[in-house]
Amino acid sequence: MINAIEIKELSKDYKDFSLSNISFTLPTGYIMGFVGQNGAGKTTTIRLILNMISRNSGSIKIFGMDNILEEIKIKQDIGAVFDDIFFVDTWKVSDVEKAVKSFYDNWDSTLYNKYINSFKLPADRKVRDLSRGMKMKLMLAVAMSHDAKLLILDEPTSGLDPVARDELLEILSKYILSGEKSILFSTHITSDLERIADYITLISKGRIFYTGTKDDLLESFHIVKGGPKDLTEPLREKIIGLVENKTGFSGLLPASEIKYLSSEIVAETPSIDEILVYISKGESSYE
Amino acid sequence: MRIIIKNSSDKPIYEQIKEQIKAAILGDELCEGDILPSIRELARDLKISVITTTRAYADLEQEGFITIIQGKGCYVLSKNSELVREQLIRKIEDSFSSAVSTGKIANLTRKELTELFKFILEENQYD
Repeated sequence: MINAIEIKELSKDYKDFSLSNISFTLPTGYIMGFVGQNGAGKTTTIRLILNMISRNSGSIKIFGMDNILEEIKIKQDIGAVFDDIFFVDTWKVSDVEKAVKSFYDNWDSTLYNKYINSFKLPADRKVRDLSRGMKMKLMLAVAMSHDAKLLILDEPTSGLDPVARDELLEILSKYILSGEKSILFSTHITSDLERIADYITLISKGRIFYTGTKDDLLESFHIVKGGPKDLTEPLREKIIGLVENKTGFSGLLPASEIKYLSSEIVAETPSIDEILVYISKGESSYE
Repeated sequence: MRIIIKNSSDKPIYEQIKEQIKAAILGDELCEGDILPSIRELARDLKISVITTTRAYADLEQEGFITIIQGKGCYVLSKNSELVREQLIRKIEDSFSSAVSTGKIANLTRKELTELFKFILEENQYD
Protein backbone atom coordinates (compact mmCIF):
# COMPACT_ATOMS: atom_id res chain seq x y z
CA MET A 1 0.00 0.00 0.00
CA ILE A 2 1.13 3.57 -0.65
CA ASN A 3 2.38 5.41 2.42
CA ALA A 4 0.50 8.51 3.54
CA ILE A 5 3.75 10.30 4.36
CA GLU A 6 7.29 9.35 3.40
CA ILE A 7 10.05 11.73 4.45
CA LYS A 8 13.68 11.09 3.54
CA GLU A 9 16.74 12.92 4.85
CA LEU A 10 14.93 16.19 5.19
CA SER A 11 17.03 19.17 6.32
CA LYS A 12 16.32 22.81 6.94
CA ASP A 13 18.82 25.33 8.29
CA TYR A 14 18.00 28.47 10.21
CA LYS A 15 20.50 30.79 11.82
CA ASP A 16 20.00 29.38 15.29
CA PHE A 17 18.31 26.05 14.62
CA SER A 18 18.54 23.27 12.13
CA LEU A 19 16.46 20.30 11.28
CA SER A 20 18.83 17.58 10.15
CA ASN A 21 18.27 14.33 8.34
CA ILE A 22 14.64 13.80 9.26
CA SER A 23 13.28 10.52 7.88
CA PHE A 24 10.03 8.80 8.79
CA THR A 25 7.13 6.97 7.20
CA LEU A 26 3.45 6.95 8.10
CA PRO A 27 1.65 3.98 6.52
CA THR A 28 -1.92 4.56 5.29
CA GLY A 29 -4.63 3.87 7.86
CA TYR A 30 -2.74 4.67 11.04
CA ILE A 31 -2.20 7.44 13.59
CA MET A 32 1.32 8.71 14.19
CA GLY A 33 2.18 10.79 17.22
CA PHE A 34 4.91 13.33 16.53
CA VAL A 35 6.47 14.11 19.87
CA GLY A 36 9.18 16.39 21.16
CA GLN A 37 9.89 19.30 23.45
CA ASN A 38 8.89 22.81 22.50
CA GLY A 39 11.39 23.95 19.90
CA ALA A 40 12.43 20.43 18.89
CA GLY A 41 11.37 20.98 15.27
CA LYS A 42 7.83 19.59 15.14
CA THR A 43 6.18 22.65 13.64
CA THR A 44 9.10 23.22 11.25
CA THR A 45 8.69 19.67 9.95
CA ILE A 46 4.93 20.14 9.53
CA ARG A 47 5.46 23.41 7.67
CA LEU A 48 7.91 21.66 5.35
CA ILE A 49 5.38 18.88 4.70
CA LEU A 50 2.76 21.50 3.80
CA ASN A 51 5.33 23.42 1.70
CA MET A 52 4.81 26.59 3.76
CA ILE A 53 8.59 27.01 3.98
CA SER A 54 11.32 25.77 1.65
CA ARG A 55 13.68 22.94 2.52
CA ASN A 56 17.45 22.79 2.10
CA SER A 57 17.56 19.14 1.10
CA GLY A 58 15.72 15.86 1.26
CA SER A 59 12.41 14.62 -0.08
CA ILE A 60 8.80 14.50 1.09
CA LYS A 61 6.22 12.28 -0.53
CA ILE A 62 2.52 12.46 0.31
CA PHE A 63 0.37 9.60 -1.04
CA GLY A 64 3.48 8.70 -3.07
CA MET A 65 3.65 12.11 -4.79
CA ASP A 66 6.25 14.84 -4.37
CA ASN A 67 4.88 17.46 -1.99
CA ILE A 68 6.08 20.42 -4.10
CA LEU A 69 5.61 19.19 -7.68
CA GLU A 70 2.10 17.90 -6.97
CA GLU A 71 1.22 20.35 -4.23
CA ILE A 72 -2.20 21.41 -5.56
CA LYS A 73 -3.34 17.84 -6.10
CA ILE A 74 -2.09 16.68 -2.71
CA LYS A 75 -3.63 19.53 -0.77
CA GLN A 76 -7.12 18.56 -1.90
CA ASP A 77 -6.64 15.48 0.24
CA ILE A 78 -5.05 17.05 3.31
CA GLY A 79 -6.81 18.59 6.28
CA ALA A 80 -4.67 20.65 8.63
CA VAL A 81 -5.38 21.90 12.14
CA PHE A 82 -3.01 24.25 13.93
CA ASP A 83 -2.94 25.25 17.56
CA ASP A 84 -4.37 28.65 16.73
CA ILE A 85 -7.43 29.41 14.63
CA PHE A 86 -6.78 31.04 11.24
CA PHE A 87 -10.33 32.17 10.41
CA VAL A 88 -11.24 35.84 10.57
CA ASP A 89 -12.51 36.42 14.09
CA THR A 90 -15.59 38.42 13.10
CA TRP A 91 -16.87 35.54 10.94
CA LYS A 92 -19.78 33.55 12.27
CA VAL A 93 -19.49 29.77 12.36
CA SER A 94 -21.92 29.67 9.42
CA ASP A 95 -19.71 32.07 7.40
CA VAL A 96 -16.69 29.83 7.66
CA GLU A 97 -18.11 27.25 5.29
CA LYS A 98 -18.88 29.86 2.63
CA ALA A 99 -15.32 31.11 2.78
CA VAL A 100 -13.51 27.81 2.53
CA LYS A 101 -15.72 25.44 0.55
CA SER A 102 -14.87 26.79 -2.89
CA PHE A 103 -11.23 25.74 -2.42
CA TYR A 104 -12.09 22.06 -2.29
CA ASP A 105 -13.43 19.89 -5.12
CA ASN A 106 -14.80 17.35 -2.67
CA TRP A 107 -16.43 19.73 -0.18
CA ASP A 108 -19.42 18.04 1.44
CA SER A 109 -21.89 20.49 2.99
CA THR A 110 -24.02 17.77 4.52
CA LEU A 111 -20.99 16.29 6.25
CA TYR A 112 -19.86 19.73 7.46
CA ASN A 113 -23.27 20.43 8.97
CA LYS A 114 -23.30 17.01 10.55
CA TYR A 115 -19.98 17.79 12.27
CA ILE A 116 -21.17 21.28 13.33
CA ASN A 117 -24.25 19.70 14.91
CA SER A 118 -22.53 16.81 16.59
CA PHE A 119 -19.77 19.12 17.92
CA LYS A 120 -22.59 21.42 19.21
CA LEU A 121 -21.10 24.51 17.56
CA PRO A 122 -23.52 27.49 17.59
CA ALA A 123 -23.93 28.54 13.93
CA ASP A 124 -24.43 32.25 14.62
CA ARG A 125 -21.62 32.73 17.12
CA LYS A 126 -18.57 34.69 16.01
CA VAL A 127 -15.22 32.94 15.79
CA ARG A 128 -13.65 35.21 18.42
CA ASP A 129 -16.37 34.32 20.93
CA LEU A 130 -15.80 30.57 20.70
CA SER A 131 -14.05 28.72 23.51
CA ARG A 132 -10.71 27.06 22.80
CA GLY A 133 -12.32 23.66 22.55
CA MET A 134 -14.94 24.98 20.13
CA LYS A 135 -12.30 26.63 17.94
CA MET A 136 -10.41 23.37 17.71
CA LYS A 137 -13.61 21.52 16.77
CA LEU A 138 -14.44 24.14 14.14
CA MET A 139 -11.03 23.70 12.54
CA LEU A 140 -11.47 19.92 12.70
CA ALA A 141 -14.91 20.16 11.08
CA VAL A 142 -13.37 22.11 8.19
CA ALA A 143 -10.42 19.71 7.95
CA MET A 144 -12.66 16.65 7.82
CA SER A 145 -15.40 17.91 5.49
CA HIS A 146 -13.59 17.51 2.20
CA ASP A 147 -12.85 13.82 2.55
CA ALA A 148 -9.20 14.44 3.45
CA LYS A 149 -7.14 11.28 3.37
CA LEU A 150 -4.51 12.76 5.66
CA LEU A 151 -5.08 14.91 8.73
CA ILE A 152 -2.13 16.91 9.99
CA LEU A 153 -2.69 18.25 13.48
CA ASP A 154 -0.14 20.57 15.06
CA GLU A 155 -0.56 20.68 18.85
CA PRO A 156 -4.35 20.36 18.68
CA THR A 157 -4.65 19.50 22.36
CA SER A 158 -2.58 22.29 23.88
CA GLY A 159 -4.78 24.44 26.07
CA LEU A 160 -7.72 22.04 25.94
CA ASP A 161 -9.35 20.66 29.06
CA PRO A 162 -9.42 16.87 29.63
CA VAL A 163 -13.02 16.52 28.42
CA ALA A 164 -12.33 18.29 25.12
CA ARG A 165 -9.13 16.25 24.66
CA ASP A 166 -11.04 13.04 25.18
CA GLU A 167 -13.63 14.13 22.62
CA LEU A 168 -10.86 14.85 20.13
CA LEU A 169 -9.38 11.38 20.57
CA GLU A 170 -12.81 9.88 19.98
CA ILE A 171 -13.26 11.88 16.77
CA LEU A 172 -9.83 10.81 15.54
CA SER A 173 -10.30 7.11 16.23
CA LYS A 174 -13.57 7.25 14.31
CA TYR A 175 -11.85 9.04 11.43
CA ILE A 176 -9.40 6.22 10.71
CA LEU A 177 -12.03 3.46 10.99
CA SER A 178 -12.16 2.76 7.25
CA GLY A 179 -8.43 2.11 7.08
CA GLU A 180 -7.97 4.58 4.21
CA LYS A 181 -7.29 7.69 6.27
CA SER A 182 -4.19 8.59 8.24
CA ILE A 183 -3.34 11.13 10.92
CA LEU A 184 -0.10 12.88 11.88
CA PHE A 185 -0.57 14.38 15.31
CA SER A 186 2.08 16.56 16.93
CA THR A 187 1.89 17.16 20.66
CA HIS A 188 3.87 17.46 23.83
CA ILE A 189 0.97 16.12 25.90
CA THR A 190 1.93 12.51 25.44
CA SER A 191 -0.76 10.97 27.64
CA ASP A 192 -3.13 11.63 24.73
CA LEU A 193 -1.00 9.45 22.51
CA GLU A 194 -0.17 6.71 24.96
CA ARG A 195 -3.26 4.74 23.96
CA ILE A 196 -4.44 5.93 20.58
CA ALA A 197 -1.23 6.28 18.53
CA ASP A 198 -0.01 3.39 16.39
CA TYR A 199 3.32 4.94 15.52
CA ILE A 200 5.52 7.41 17.39
CA THR A 201 8.18 9.67 15.95
CA LEU A 202 10.28 11.28 18.64
CA ILE A 203 12.21 14.37 17.67
CA SER A 204 14.77 16.14 19.80
CA LYS A 205 16.84 19.22 18.91
CA GLY A 206 16.07 18.85 15.20
CA ARG A 207 16.99 15.17 14.98
CA ILE A 208 14.93 11.99 15.02
CA PHE A 209 15.53 10.04 18.19
CA TYR A 210 13.05 7.26 17.42
CA THR A 211 10.50 6.40 14.76
CA GLY A 212 8.46 3.21 14.71
CA THR A 213 5.52 1.56 16.41
CA LYS A 214 4.56 2.79 19.86
CA ASP A 215 4.74 -0.72 21.29
CA ASP A 216 8.33 -1.14 20.08
CA LEU A 217 9.29 2.23 21.56
CA LEU A 218 7.96 1.31 24.97
CA GLU A 219 9.62 -2.10 24.76
CA SER A 220 13.02 -0.77 23.64
CA PHE A 221 13.72 1.18 26.81
CA HIS A 222 13.58 0.60 30.54
CA ILE A 223 13.60 3.10 33.35
CA VAL A 224 16.26 1.83 35.73
CA LYS A 225 16.60 2.84 39.37
CA GLY A 226 19.06 1.69 42.00
CA GLY A 227 21.12 2.60 45.04
CA PRO A 228 24.41 4.55 44.78
CA LYS A 229 26.52 1.36 44.82
CA ASP A 230 24.56 -0.34 42.04
CA LEU A 231 25.85 2.09 39.44
CA THR A 232 28.78 0.31 37.77
CA GLU A 233 31.03 1.98 35.19
CA PRO A 234 29.72 0.06 32.15
CA LEU A 235 26.18 0.84 33.27
CA ARG A 236 26.97 4.54 33.70
CA GLU A 237 28.11 4.75 30.09
CA LYS A 238 24.93 3.15 28.75
CA ILE A 239 22.34 5.12 30.68
CA ILE A 240 20.62 8.01 28.92
CA GLY A 241 19.85 11.06 31.06
CA LEU A 242 21.43 9.70 34.24
CA VAL A 243 20.23 11.42 37.43
CA GLU A 244 22.35 10.80 40.53
CA ASN A 245 21.86 11.80 44.12
CA LYS A 246 22.69 10.54 47.61
CA THR A 247 19.97 7.92 47.72
CA GLY A 248 20.62 6.45 44.30
CA PHE A 249 20.28 7.00 40.58
CA SER A 250 17.74 6.73 37.78
CA GLY A 251 17.87 6.87 34.00
CA LEU A 252 16.81 5.37 30.72
CA LEU A 253 18.47 2.18 29.51
CA PRO A 254 18.08 0.68 26.02
CA ALA A 255 16.49 -2.78 26.43
CA SER A 256 19.45 -4.36 24.60
CA GLU A 257 21.70 -3.35 27.51
CA ILE A 258 19.64 -5.11 30.15
CA LYS A 259 22.55 -7.54 30.70
CA TYR A 260 24.33 -4.85 32.69
CA LEU A 261 21.70 -4.99 35.39
CA SER A 262 22.28 -6.55 38.77
CA SER A 263 19.23 -7.94 40.54
CA GLU A 264 19.27 -5.01 42.95
CA ILE A 265 18.28 -2.59 40.20
CA VAL A 266 14.63 -1.90 39.46
CA ALA A 267 13.66 -1.84 35.78
CA GLU A 268 10.27 -0.45 34.75
CA THR A 269 8.43 0.13 31.50
CA PRO A 270 8.65 3.86 30.73
CA SER A 271 5.88 6.15 29.57
CA ILE A 272 6.45 8.31 26.48
CA ASP A 273 6.71 11.30 28.84
CA GLU A 274 9.49 9.71 30.84
CA ILE A 275 11.40 8.82 27.66
CA LEU A 276 11.09 12.43 26.54
CA VAL A 277 12.33 13.78 29.87
CA TYR A 278 15.37 11.50 30.11
CA ILE A 279 16.36 12.17 26.50
CA SER A 280 16.37 15.90 27.09
CA LYS A 281 18.38 15.43 30.29
CA GLY A 282 20.83 13.26 28.39
CA GLU A 283 21.39 15.94 25.81
CA SER A 284 21.96 18.80 28.17
CA SER A 285 24.68 16.80 29.91
CA TYR A 286 26.60 16.30 26.67
CA GLU A 287 26.95 20.01 26.15
CA MET B 1 -18.90 -9.29 24.60
CA ARG B 2 -17.33 -7.50 27.47
CA ILE B 3 -13.75 -6.25 27.43
CA ILE B 4 -12.36 -4.07 30.17
CA ILE B 5 -8.94 -2.46 29.86
CA LYS B 6 -7.16 -1.70 33.10
CA ASN B 7 -4.73 1.17 32.83
CA SER B 8 -3.12 0.24 36.11
CA SER B 9 -2.44 -3.34 35.02
CA ASP B 10 1.12 -4.59 34.55
CA LYS B 11 -0.10 -6.57 31.58
CA PRO B 12 0.16 -4.95 28.16
CA ILE B 13 -3.19 -3.98 26.64
CA TYR B 14 -3.05 -6.57 23.83
CA GLU B 15 -2.55 -9.27 26.46
CA GLN B 16 -5.58 -8.05 28.43
CA ILE B 17 -7.77 -8.17 25.32
CA LYS B 18 -6.48 -11.61 24.40
CA GLU B 19 -7.15 -13.08 27.82
CA GLN B 20 -10.66 -11.71 28.06
CA ILE B 21 -11.66 -12.96 24.61
CA LYS B 22 -10.12 -16.35 25.40
CA ALA B 23 -12.02 -16.52 28.67
CA ALA B 24 -15.26 -15.62 26.89
CA ILE B 25 -14.71 -18.41 24.36
CA LEU B 26 -13.78 -21.04 26.95
CA GLY B 27 -16.65 -19.92 29.18
CA ASP B 28 -19.17 -20.37 26.33
CA GLU B 29 -20.02 -16.68 26.34
CA LEU B 30 -18.82 -16.68 22.73
CA CYS B 31 -19.65 -19.64 20.55
CA GLU B 32 -18.30 -21.08 17.34
CA GLY B 33 -19.21 -18.85 14.37
CA ASP B 34 -19.85 -15.71 16.42
CA ILE B 35 -18.57 -12.53 14.76
CA LEU B 36 -16.13 -10.38 16.71
CA PRO B 37 -15.86 -6.62 16.14
CA SER B 38 -13.31 -5.86 13.41
CA ILE B 39 -9.78 -4.87 14.38
CA ARG B 40 -10.50 -1.22 13.63
CA GLU B 41 -13.91 -1.18 15.33
CA LEU B 42 -12.44 -2.63 18.48
CA ALA B 43 -9.65 -0.02 18.45
CA ARG B 44 -12.23 2.74 18.10
CA ASP B 45 -14.47 1.36 20.84
CA LEU B 46 -11.66 0.89 23.34
CA LYS B 47 -9.88 4.07 22.18
CA ILE B 48 -6.62 2.25 21.67
CA SER B 49 -4.18 1.85 18.82
CA VAL B 50 -5.04 -0.30 15.79
CA ILE B 51 -1.66 -2.01 16.10
CA THR B 52 -2.58 -3.16 19.62
CA THR B 53 -5.86 -4.78 18.55
CA THR B 54 -4.15 -6.24 15.47
CA ARG B 55 -1.62 -7.91 17.73
CA ALA B 56 -4.29 -9.31 20.08
CA TYR B 57 -6.27 -10.79 17.17
CA ALA B 58 -3.15 -12.14 15.45
CA ASP B 59 -2.19 -13.98 18.63
CA LEU B 60 -5.72 -15.35 19.08
CA GLU B 61 -5.69 -16.55 15.48
CA GLN B 62 -2.33 -18.23 15.92
CA GLU B 63 -3.53 -20.00 19.06
CA GLY B 64 -6.56 -21.33 17.19
CA PHE B 65 -9.31 -19.38 18.93
CA ILE B 66 -10.45 -17.22 16.02
CA THR B 67 -10.05 -16.91 12.28
CA ILE B 68 -9.69 -13.64 10.41
CA ILE B 69 -11.17 -13.67 6.93
CA GLN B 70 -9.92 -10.72 4.90
CA GLY B 71 -12.79 -8.40 3.98
CA LYS B 72 -15.39 -10.46 5.89
CA GLY B 73 -14.58 -10.33 9.56
CA CYS B 74 -13.26 -12.18 12.56
CA TYR B 75 -15.02 -15.38 13.59
CA VAL B 76 -14.82 -17.49 16.73
CA LEU B 77 -13.58 -21.03 16.07
CA SER B 78 -14.69 -24.12 17.91
CA LYS B 79 -13.11 -24.35 21.32
CA ASN B 80 -12.76 -28.07 20.77
CA SER B 81 -10.10 -27.58 18.14
CA GLU B 82 -6.87 -29.55 18.54
CA LEU B 83 -4.85 -26.37 19.15
CA VAL B 84 -7.04 -25.08 21.95
CA ARG B 85 -7.16 -28.53 23.54
CA GLU B 86 -3.39 -28.74 23.50
CA GLN B 87 -3.13 -25.42 25.29
CA LEU B 88 -5.65 -26.42 27.89
CA ILE B 89 -3.70 -29.62 28.56
CA ARG B 90 -0.53 -27.59 28.92
CA LYS B 91 -2.32 -25.38 31.42
CA ILE B 92 -3.41 -28.45 33.42
CA GLU B 93 0.17 -29.74 33.42
CA ASP B 94 1.41 -26.41 34.71
CA SER B 95 -1.14 -26.35 37.51
CA PHE B 96 -0.23 -29.93 38.51
CA SER B 97 3.49 -29.12 38.52
CA SER B 98 2.89 -26.14 40.70
CA ALA B 99 0.78 -28.28 43.08
CA VAL B 100 3.60 -30.83 43.24
CA SER B 101 6.22 -28.24 44.09
CA THR B 102 3.98 -26.79 46.81
CA GLY B 103 3.56 -30.36 48.09
CA LYS B 104 7.34 -30.70 48.35
CA ILE B 105 7.57 -27.50 50.35
CA ALA B 106 4.84 -28.76 52.69
CA ASN B 107 6.68 -32.13 53.03
CA LEU B 108 3.67 -34.10 51.82
CA THR B 109 4.27 -37.72 50.84
CA ARG B 110 3.38 -38.99 47.40
CA LYS B 111 0.46 -40.85 48.94
CA GLU B 112 -0.87 -37.84 50.82
CA LEU B 113 -0.72 -35.70 47.68
CA THR B 114 -2.57 -38.31 45.61
CA GLU B 115 -5.20 -38.64 48.35
CA LEU B 116 -5.66 -34.89 48.30
CA PHE B 117 -6.12 -34.93 44.54
CA LYS B 118 -8.69 -37.73 44.76
CA PHE B 119 -10.52 -35.80 47.46
CA ILE B 120 -10.73 -32.71 45.26
CA LEU B 121 -12.01 -34.81 42.35
CA GLU B 122 -14.75 -36.23 44.59
CA GLU B 123 -15.65 -32.85 45.92
CA ASN B 124 -16.09 -31.39 42.44
CA GLN B 125 -17.97 -34.50 41.33
CA TYR B 126 -15.56 -34.99 38.42
CA ASP B 127 -16.61 -38.16 36.58
